[in-house]
Amino acid sequence: MGSALELAVNNFVSPVILCFLLGLAAALARSDLSFPQAVAKGMSLYLLFAIGFKGGASVADHGVDALLIMTLIAAVILSAGLPFLAFFLLKVMTRLSTLDAAAVAAHYGSISIVTFVAATSVLQAQGVASEGFMVAVAAAMEAPAIVSALWLISQRGDSGAQKSGMSAELMREILLNGSIVLLVGAFAIGWITGAEGKAEIDPFITAPFKGVLCLFLLDMGLVAGRGLRESKGAMSRGLVLFGVIMPLAGAMFGLGAGALLGLSAGGVALMMVLSASASYIAVPAAMRVALPEANPAVYLTVSLGITFPFNVTIGIPIYIAVATAVIGG
Amino acid sequence: MEMHEAKRVEIIIEAIMTKRLTDLLMDSGVTGFSVLPVKGGSGRSGHWTREGTIGRADGMSCVVCMIRPDRLDGLLEAVMPVLERHIGVVNVTDAHVMRAERF
Repeated sequence: MGSALELAVNNFVSPVILCFLLGLAAALARSDLSFPQAVAKGMSLYLLFAIGFKGGASVADHGVDALLIMTLIAAVILSAGLPFLAFFLLKVMTRLSTLDAAAVAAHYGSISIVTFVAATSVLQAQGVASEGFMVAVAAAMEAPAIVSALWLISQRGDSGAQKSGMSAELMREILLNGSIVLLVGAFAIGWITGAEGKAEIDPFITAPFKGVLCLFLLDMGLVAGRGLRESKGAMSRGLVLFGVIMPLAGAMFGLGAGALLGLSAGGVALMMVLSASASYIAVPAAMRVALPEANPAVYLTVSLGITFPFNVTIGIPIYIAVATAVIGG
Repeated sequence: MEMHEAKRVEIIIEAIMTKRLTDLLMDSGVTGFSVLPVKGGSGRSGHWTREGTIGRADGMSCVVCMIRPDRLDGLLEAVMPVLERHIGVVNVTDAHVMRAERF
């Protein structure tokens, strides 16, 4: 376990995580440092394309097997099931209304693709191999949690639930949101073109990747810090505690699922990261449409201001250390 | 120059609901409108700014249209399903336009 601790410390002082901390500190200190919106959007498009393409190329290299199918099924079950655990914890730990608790719970079944990309980068830096298809697993975990949250509300007869629901239009928007389309599309292109295709664009998707990720996480640190600064009054002690406990609990389910499936240490670590992370792009958008009465200051702050920084700075090193300690690597 | 009476309807709505709103406007026969970005503001949900928004759920947009006064009630009834549960402001002001046949 000593080497696991060393791994955790090394991860913590990586450029990626330190850039995030810089952004967080700058925002909390009220610095005027900021990224133009178009630049941040461009960086996220680049990262999604690169990670999707590399994942697809890796699957082309290793082929499709039962493990991929089983992992996708497990991912959907995890995404649909974790909101129930989150909802239970929120009801025990906070005084949130059913509507707000369900809205927050939806975020914790879904995933943060940035956390996933950061974890992938840290794994690569540590030389810990992972299954390329985990990119597809990430995409599969975006939507089921939203259905679970809406079901939770409809079962409890909340006034907002009478008007809410998963319309076909909303489902289309969730499944076809730009991040998912680019991630899955790049994955498919990487899969179709394989190693040859990857070789053609490798200088573009590999060499600048980490530098772009550093800048993007610097921006995400600024966003998270601003969110925290402006969230005064929206957060209770119980909610802050939930934002730290829930990712750890989710990660344990990811560990169990990954170990049962027989994933590699890197694959288990990524499964833990996906189960631990909380959405702050796709789910908030879905909640604004389906549950506009739920308070966005609550679900965005706990997801983006508490859980995201926790996962990027402390969670990822812990998940990688635990996965390598349990699975070996 | 001859001027004609019109109503200027300005709807500030959550950005994510903009398409739903403009679809309803089109369905109700209002085919002329403008969608403007909102840089930031403050309201019952607190202060916000466009800077640092990361998802489609963030931010507001402003939909502006000019219509004949007799079409106002129909328009407001048509867009109410999108507006009633969401953050936003609807305001209607008297205006004058030069080419009445366009509204």
